[in-house]
Order: sequence, then structure tokens, then C-alpha cells
Amino acid sequence: MNISLFITCFNDTLYPETGKAVVSILERLGHTVHFPMEQTCCGQMHYNTGYHEEIIPLVERFADQFENAEAVVSPSASCVGMIHEFYPKLAALSGSKVLQDRIDALIPKVHEFTMFLVNELKVEDVGAYYPHRVTYHSTCHSLRSLKIGDAPHRLLRNVKGIELVDLPGALECCGFGGTFALKNADTSAAMLGDKIRHIKETGAEVCTSADNSCLMHIGGALNRQRSGVKTVHMAEILNTTEEGAQV
Amino acid sequence: MKKGSQPTFEETAGRYIENAQLRWNIGHATRTIRDKRQLVVQELDDWEELREAGRQIKQKVMNSLDRYLLQLEKSVIKAGGVVHWATDAEDANRIITKLIKEKKETDVVKVKSITTDEIRLNRALENEGIHALETDLAELIVQLAGDEPSHILVPAIHKNRAEIRELFKDKLNLKELSDEPADLAEAARLYLRKNFLKANVGISGGNFAIAETGTVAVVESEGNGRMCTTLPEALITVLGIEKIVPEWKDLEVFMQLLPRSSTAERMNPYNTFWTGITEGDGPQEFHLVLLDNGRTNVLADETGRQTLHCIRCSACLNVCPVYERTGGHAYHSVYPGPIGAILTPQLRGLDDKSAASLPYASSLCGACYEVCPVKINIPEVLLHLRNRVVLHRKKEGGFRQKTDPVHLAMKFLARAFAKKSRYERLQKMGRTAQWFYEKDGAISNLPGELSKWTSIRDVKPVPDKTFREWWRER
Ligand code: SF4
Repeated sequence: MNISLFITCFNDTLYPETGKAVVSILERLGHTVHFPMEQTCCGQMHYNTGYHEEIIPLVERFADQFENAEAVVSPSASCVGMIHEFYPKLAALSGSKVLQDRIDALIPKVHEFTMFLVNELKVEDVGAYYPHRVTYHSTCHSLRSLKIGDAPHRLLRNVKGIELVDLPGALECCGFGGTFALKNADTSAAMLGDKIRHIKETGAEVCTSADNSCLMHIGGALNRQRSGVKTVHMAEILNTTEEGAQV
Repeated sequence: MKKGSQPTFEETAGRYIENAQLRWNIGHATRTIRDKRQLVVQELDDWEELREAGRQIKQKVMNSLDRYLLQLEKSVIKAGGVVHWATDAEDANRIITKLIKEKKETDVVKVKSITTDEIRLNRALENEGIHALETDLAELIVQLAGDEPSHILVPAIHKNRAEIRELFKDKLNLKELSDEPADLAEAARLYLRKNFLKANVGISGGNFAIAETGTVAVVESEGNGRMCTTLPEALITVLGIEKIVPEWKDLEVFMQLLPRSSTAERMNPYNTFWTGITEGDGPQEFHLVLLDNGRTNVLADETGRQTLHCIRCSACLNVCPVYERTGGHAYHSVYPGPIGAILTPQLRGLDDKSAASLPYASSLCGACYEVCPVKINIPEVLLHLRNRVVLHRKKEGGFRQKTDPVHLAMKFLARAFAKKSRYERLQKMGRTAQWFYEKDGAISNLPGELSKWTSIRDVKPVPDKTFREWWRER
């Protein structure tokens, strides 16, 4: 299959390892990965902060880059959620019927990475080996906007050597919320504090998730506290085999 | 209250978050009720269908609210009641004061009603020499303490029983009192009972009003509502215009949705319905005050309109991770939590800085939408209101808006993301600029707005190669 990767601005800039892992896994499974170079950002941060008119050009840009793709895959649950839930609204806001039709046609082809593996490619075992104690943080957007279901768990359960531990209070928000973490810094800190406490309770070495944005938030605090727990995107776990990381 | 004279959410949230006693009280209470709710909701196989039915009935009402209101008025009059129309709080308070004064009363009893808290009825009556006694236990606690409600269902959720015991000992002049809930309730009961028997006027809100018959419904747990609506000679009910349902049979849906979502009960212990007046039974005078107070503005907003579907169950408060940590007072409104974050700014308008800060008091986790029994898409309305706030500020213009760091960042980034070359240049700039802040593979002291991030979290430095640079070289 020809798969176009939407890396997201955030992963492109800060987490290239996640992108490399996605490419490597998809290629290992026999697919061809394309990366349209003109892609930038989905506009989620603007949208969530109330700046809607400003990002109509980004919606158009996304359509330009990806509408001819066979499938679009992205390792960010929140950006895919943004596209599915709010691109139709933004297209409507633009007043252009053409853009609305383009977006409507494109959206069913846009998939979150773990859901794509499990639901579209029907793969649950990617041959990974990861001998660590790991806990999974289900991000709110993957849980409630994307309805990710148990796709990440199915994949993680098939990883050899992994010791999966349930995270207490797993359904609770970590307090990131984009610019919320700055505007309401006190509240965000209180939410994050409880999440960190739960992660430490599990005794895990690694906290993983299908989205680097929450992991940046959680990992930033784990690092500051010198907790010895690291955050790793799921794609990177799935890309580790007995021979090490496959990039 | 002067517009904008209250603080914004972010200005005072920290103060409440740091209050360990408050944190424990609210955290404990919300977690308990949240789990109980989950259990009773799971019992019903058709819960999702019920939610959808609730949503549809409310949508039908909002689409023809004018018609249903006139129908309700007609039905109430036919049943012997009197209907009053109040455009705002002042209007409603004036109507109610006049009615009580005409009866030459100075003491009235009240059923818990957030709508009357919204219009600050007690204070307005007090100014006219009328004392309104709250008869709901939690509302009484708030009243005796001279406090503000912090939850729409349990207004005293921020107080624990040790605190309540002290309050009762002091205000009710009791020498001996334990902190057992049964003893506390008994103390309140004895105090209230004599007032019930004396009062000639009762004041209530209403959970529902049926347009078809003119029936008003109050559902409750304690029975004080039943007393207030049956014992006095005259009953005055204040009702937000959105509380209408078209027909009796619609209650079949809401009487399942509401108790399970609010108190996690299968049915409320007391369900009181009255239709106008009945000769020789209950109040012989009934006044229905229909309150707008900003609601028609909410109705005019296509996305915001669904806010009026709310049946005030408080399930969204109990699951909200923000509310759980700040409690209700941080919202500076009688409507706190997720519903408050969308209702308050729409009722008060966006010129009110405090109200306009509320749509941002959410991490957009979506837990509220998941539990809302009438499927109000709260995150959608929050985002819509954030957009309205931004548009409002842009229109206002002025120096502060133009130099606001968030506004500037948003403008700058929108431009950068719109063009590949600018975007790639920005990535490179980030990498160059960070040498100044990076230490041992982490950034922990960013300037300005970003210091709020690095005060408790490190930032991972931008790596040597972006993904696209790696891809190009591949
Ligand atoms: S918004 Fe929904 S969940 Fe919240 S109080 Fe209203 S009806 Fe209940």
C-alpha cells in the first residue's frame, strides 16, 4: 500500500525518532511510505486557543498535500482527532463548498498510527521486543475524540519481553491541554502532579502513549523530578526488535 | 455586581488548589459520586438511547421555545396560577419582592434553587427587609456560613462534616453536637421545622415545567422541597425559560436521566408535581416567574444553544479534572464546572472579563461530554466560545490586545505554518536559540510566558536533525 505520512509539526521538530520508527515499521510490513514535503501543521494549537479564521489556509494546505494519497497516517492522536472533528467545521467556516467537499472526501483516509495498524492493516504483532516495565497513558483525545479503543493495548500485548502495568486513574487527563498548561498553569500543575504520582506508583521504567504531546508534558515533569522514568512514543517501542531499534 | 469586577479563573484558581482541606473535601466527594453514578448508569441497557431521546426533546423545545412558552403560560393560567415574565435579575427580584410585600410577610422559606442564586434573590429580599430561609441542608449550611455555593447540586460540597458541626454549634446555638451526618441533619431538621409551620410564602425553582399541562416539577432527596411547595399559602416559582418540556410523557425520559446522573439514585426520594392550584389542598396562590436573564442570547447562538439543554444534574462537575482540583468558587459564578464554563460567559456576555476567562478553564479532556445525560457537546461549545472571545478582543483592539504575547505568538505561528520555507526557518531558529537555555540535555528556564511551563517541567531540546532533514538525506 502507498501510505502518506503526516508527521505533524511537533514530531517533525522535536520527536524525529517517532517518525523514523513509523516509517521503519510500515516499510518492514511491506508498504511504501511517502512524505509530502510541503506539509507543516494541522492548526490544533490555534484552534484550541480560539484562533479559527487564521488556520483555514492550513486546512487547504493539508488537502493539497494529502488528497491524492491512498492512506494518510499520523503518529499523533490529537492531530488526527483535530482533523476528523474540526476540519469539516473549518471548511464550512471558509465558505468554500469546494474545500468542504475536498475535506469530506479526505477525512476517511486519515488514520492514527496504532488504529491504522490494527483496524486497517489488521496487524497486531509487529515483531517487537522490548524487555521493560511499561505503563500506558491513554490520552484524552485518543480515548474520547478518536475512540481509539484497545488498538494500542493489542499492539503492546504482542510485544515480546514487555511487562505491562495498568496505570491507576488511567482515564484521567494529564493536564496538558495545549495552551491550557500556560494560561491555567496552576490547575495544569495540579493535574500533572496526580498523574506523575500514579505513574510512579506503577514502578514502571517507561510511560508510553500514542501521542507525544501528552508525553512531552508528563516527561517534562518526570525529568525535572529526576524520577528515572522515561516517556517513549508507542511507535518507538513497536520498532524495537531483538536487534535493537530498527531505523 | 459591576461587570468584570470579579477575578478571572486563572487569577484565583491557585489559591483554591493550595487549600489542602478543600482539595480533599472536593476530591473525595466527586470521586465517590462519580463511581456511584457509573454503577447506576451501567444498569440501563438503553442509556445511550435515553441520552439521545433527552437531547432530541430539548432540541425540539429550543427550536420552538416561543411557542412552548406561550403554551405553558396558557396552561398555568387555566390551572389557576399567575404568570410573570422577567427579562433580567432585577426584574425578577422586583416581581417577587412585590408579591411578598403585598402579603405583608417578612419571612419566607425556600427550596434549593440555583436560578434564584443566579439572580441573587436572597440579597435583594434582605435589602427589602425580607428574610428568605434556605431549607435544603447544603444550601442552609452555605447561608449560615455567609458563603457562596460551590456546586450546583451540593452547594456545600467544599465543607466537611467537622466544619459543618462547628458552624451549627455556633449559628444554631447548640452546646452538644456530634459530627455524625444523622445528628447534623437532625439539628437542621429541628431548626427548620418550626419555620416551615410559620411560613406563609414558599419560594422554589423548578426542574421541569410541562407546556401541555402547566405542571411544574421539583425533584429532591430531603423532602424540604415538598414542605415548601405544599405548606405555605402562597408559592412563588422562579423558572429559567429553558426548563420547559412539551408533554407529560417526556418526563419518562428525564426522570430516568436526572436522578442517575445527579445523585446516582434510580429515582429521587421526593418527586413533587403541581399544576396551578387545587382548592383545599396546598398553596391557594401560585405565581410562576419566567426568567430570561440572558437566555435568549444563548438561544440566538447556533452552537451555544445546546447549553440550554442542561438539566443541572452536575455529572459534568463531578467528572471534571479541573473542578475536582479547584472547586466551585474559582469560577466566580453560581454555575461552576464545565456547564458553568459554557453557561456563565453566554449569560453574562464577553465584556465581563471574569466570565470570558471560563471557556479557557478546561484542558478539553472531554469527560464532561461523555457523561452529560442530554449530550451537550461541552468541548465543542468551549472551543466555539474561545473563538468568540478572540473575535471579541480583536474587535475591541487597543494596545493591550495588540501586544498580548499569546495573540502575537498565534499570529506569528499562523504565518510561519502557512509556508514551508518559513516553517523550516523557524525550526532552525529554535535549534540555534536554545543553546542559551540548554544544560545537560534539558531546558529548564525559559523566559516570559514559557516560564510557566519550565517552572515545573523540563523541555527536551530540539534535536540536531528534524524528521524532514533526515527524510531528505535518506
Ligand atoms: S451540562 Fe449536562 S452533565 Fe452538566 S449539569 Fe448540565 S445536563 Fe448535567
